[in-house]
Amino acid sequence: MHLVGMLVTGFGVIFLFLGSLGIFRLPDVYNRLQAGTKCTTLGAFSTIIGVGIMEPSWFWKCLIIAVFILLTNPISSHALGRASCKSGVSLCKKTVVNKSKDFCKEGKK
Amino acid sequence: MEEIVFLVIIGAGVILCLLRMVKGPTAPDRAVAVDTASTVTTALLVFLGYTFKRSIYLDVSLVYAVLTFIGAVAIARYLERGI
Repeated sequence: MHLVGMLVTGFGVIFLFLGSLGIFRLPDVYNRLQAGTKCTTLGAFSTIIGVGIMEPSWFWKCLIIAVFILLTNPISSHALGRASCKSGVSLCKKTVVNKSKDFCKEGKK
Repeated sequence: MEEIVFLVIIGAGVILCLLRMVKGPTAPDRAVAVDTASTVTTALLVFLGYTFKRSIYLDVSLVYAVLTFIGAVAIARYLERGI
């Protein structure tokens, strides 16, 4: 049981570090938002579930925290992306297509 | 031994997010960096609780997750249309 929990936790820790590396390295606020949301949600979920597997008496509390993160992290990142689009943050130079141009302009006036 | 390695890796992730928060050119960059750093810190608190064998860290982590969510939504609303 301890070995399974350590494996799940190590998987999550690697994803947390990769998400933070994406926050540091990527060129644009939208790219950073994608890296920081997807990797961090999976990483935090599996780290907390791994701790719950290693300590079985903590499992239900850990499950509550993990499900809460799984529900609220996409909502907050969606709100941040919409806000940065409407407040006029430009895309990076390598972007090929921008399908939400009208939506962003509509918020700027 | 594994606990120390995991804690160092998660701490390096938090430090990378904070570097982006210092460096970021616009305000939404900093908001995104703070949001990610807070989520990483929630997992770090749970793992610290396992390392020290104290279950009080789980309560701290739950409250921190709630406050992070409210803060991110409030910052997004402020950036979108002002107070």
